[in-house]
Amino acid sequence: MGIKNIKEKDFQDNETLELFRKTGSGILMTTIDAVIDWGRSNSVWPLTFATSCCGIEMMATGASRHDFARFGIEVYRASPRQADVIVVAGTIVNKMAPVLKRLYDQMSEPRYVIAMGACAVSGGPFYYNSYHVVRGVDQVIPVDVYIPGCPPRPEALLYGVMQLQRKIKLETITRPEESMIMGRK
Amino acid sequence: MKEIINLPVSKIEEEEYHINMGPQHPSTHGVLRLVVSLQGEMVKSLKPHCGYIHRGIEKMCEKDTYPQLIHLTDRIDYLSAHINNHAVCLLVEKALEIEVPERVKYIRTIMDELARIQSHQLWWSSFGMDLGGLTCFFYGLRDREMILDIWEETTGSRFLQSYNCPGGVMQDLHPNFQKRVHAFIKTFKKKIKDYDRILSGNVIFEQRSQGVGMLSKEDAISYGVTGPSGRGSGWSCDIRKNEPYSMYGQVQFNEVLRYGCDTYSRYMVRMQEMHESMNIIEQLIDNIPAGDYSAKMKAVIKLPAGEYYQKVESARGELGLYVVSDGNKTPYRMKFRTPSFSNLSVLDHISRGMKIADLVAIGASLDLVIPDIDR
Amino acid sequence: MDNETLKARILSIVPDAQTEENKQYLTLVVPAAELHNLAEKLKNTQELSFDFLFCLSGVDYGKQLAVVYHLNSTTHKHAVVLKVKTDDRVNPAFDTVCDIWRTADFHERETYDMFGIRFNNHPDLRRIFLDEEWKGYPLRKDYVDEVNIVEF
Repeated sequence: MGIKNIKEKDFQDNETLELFRKTGSGILMTTIDAVIDWGRSNSVWPLTFATSCCGIEMMATGASRHDFARFGIEVYRASPRQADVIVVAGTIVNKMAPVLKRLYDQMSEPRYVIAMGACAVSGGPFYYNSYHVVRGVDQVIPVDVYIPGCPPRPEALLYGVMQLQRKIKLETITRPEESMIMGRK
Repeated sequence: MKEIINLPVSKIEEEEYHINMGPQHPSTHGVLRLVVSLQGEMVKSLKPHCGYIHRGIEKMCEKDTYPQLIHLTDRIDYLSAHINNHAVCLLVEKALEIEVPERVKYIRTIMDELARIQSHQLWWSSFGMDLGGLTCFFYGLRDREMILDIWEETTGSRFLQSYNCPGGVMQDLHPNFQKRVHAFIKTFKKKIKDYDRILSGNVIFEQRSQGVGMLSKEDAISYGVTGPSGRGSGWSCDIRKNEPYSMYGQVQFNEVLRYGCDTYSRYMVRMQEMHESMNIIEQLIDNIPAGDYSAKMKAVIKLPAGEYYQKVESARGELGLYVVSDGNKTPYRMKFRTPSFSNLSVLDHISRGMKIADLVAIGASLDLVIPDIDR
Repeated sequence: MDNETLKARILSIVPDAQTEENKQYLTLVVPAAELHNLAEKLKNTQELSFDFLFCLSGVDYGKQLAVVYHLNSTTHKHAVVLKVKTDDRVNPAFDTVCDIWRTADFHERETYDMFGIRFNNHPDLRRIFLDEEWKGYPLRKDYVDEVNIVEF
């Protein structure tokens, strides 16, 4: 297991995820798990969702220099029913929070959430003295990967996507309650 | 129901129905909700609902000191971040009557024009993408990366730099700056001909944009539509010409005006403006005087009591900053007169009678940035 | 026109207007009842021709609420600032100018949203940024929000 060309020791702080993978299932189920997880992690298709400045960096990541289509993020889906991941890029305010919750509820499982940028992680530069900003998108929907930065560089977004891929590769279909993906519980 | 089925088609009345181009939509360029009232495919009226990215920046500015609130002004219109910062710095310097060194004026003007070019490049990319030409997205963003490299080398950040500060700039230019800017201009002059070949001369594009979204000059003035959208209707409203600041009084450039009043004119104004910006940069880049990169400022900046107004020309139009100060280190009231707010108000007026597919083209030609509307 | 001539012309239309000195533009405080009349004359008179309203903002001066209009003329290139003030903080109301300058429509809705100032005869006065059920007017100086806003 492991993502090709990235060594295990490069993810030193994620040893707990590695320990977790000692499932004890038979050889058949682990092979099926490996195939399903490989398929799911290499083709996460996001929803078109960008509220403010981080949206521009997300577009720049999709452009030709830091192309993220080579990571499996091939197309953006306009409809939440067809999307796998929602990359919350930008500030969420009180008026937008119910809309975000409705979009998340409409996505079909398995669904993942990446919080991109300081505003989505914790409210960002608008943490103090704003009467209308939600301090962190995890107050509204459960988040799998947090990417700090204001705005995060395209390379940081790609690292966050790779972390999500690692998380997905640890899932097993026999015991879904042990999944690390936040949306499953 | 039986009665309706038996009626001949001509007698069934067309009903008006409302559709919601909701806050999450690929073509609204952000979180803008439009409730469009349609009859068939014709737009009868539309109502924009704003506030989905209202962060309360004006209230936050009342608790921040002047150097701190420059970081907030970046995030209002993130594509002309330099120009927004420049406005705050000009206002503070005018109120305190501080003269900045010549080098600072040159640097600020060059950075402003680079910001204008990259904003128009992003606009062109998303305009083509909205109309269905996905190639434009990749071409525009590829060329924009060269400007982001220039900025990253000098200021440390690709985007949202907060490089200006009252009295000057945060740090001096990198030694490679001139070389990189020359290389960019040389490359971009060749690439911009591709832009014209792909989109401007394209027969599908011309049919989708000529005659669509007519905005007369009186309406533009009455609705306050400034910037390239207003100049596409023949209104000469460029602040760089009418009330020059920094080095704009001393460089030669043309104000781009078109009289077609439709989407195609607004498009051509922006394409020509990219050429004019490159002209301005070429006149300035080889003559940057040596000197300080910042004037000496006190540690705590307190503006004298009174009211101040500063106008600058951002990539979208006229940005105005109105400050009421009571002598403290934080403003008493800070109001941002943002260009996209007024430009949005005209969207209803010019889309009446157009088809719903034209609405996307009109919205893209007005170049709205939604946090600029909502602050 | 220079500031002195402008001041004389405006005072001849509204004799009760008071000037505020030492400001960047010529600033006049106008009684609220005369606002609409003065605005119409400023736009329609040939020599004045103030056709561009470039900023409409609400200000809370502590005891009074005010609305500040920045006007410019695209033909004569002169500018003037009008202010209207009221002491009534419970139900402040002024006349609308959106029939004269169409840009005032959205700006007056924003002033209502942030300060609670009503505009008589406005076609569609409702909140523009905040939800309809939001209580309070955030940009007033006596707006209290213990959770989010830190007082020094």
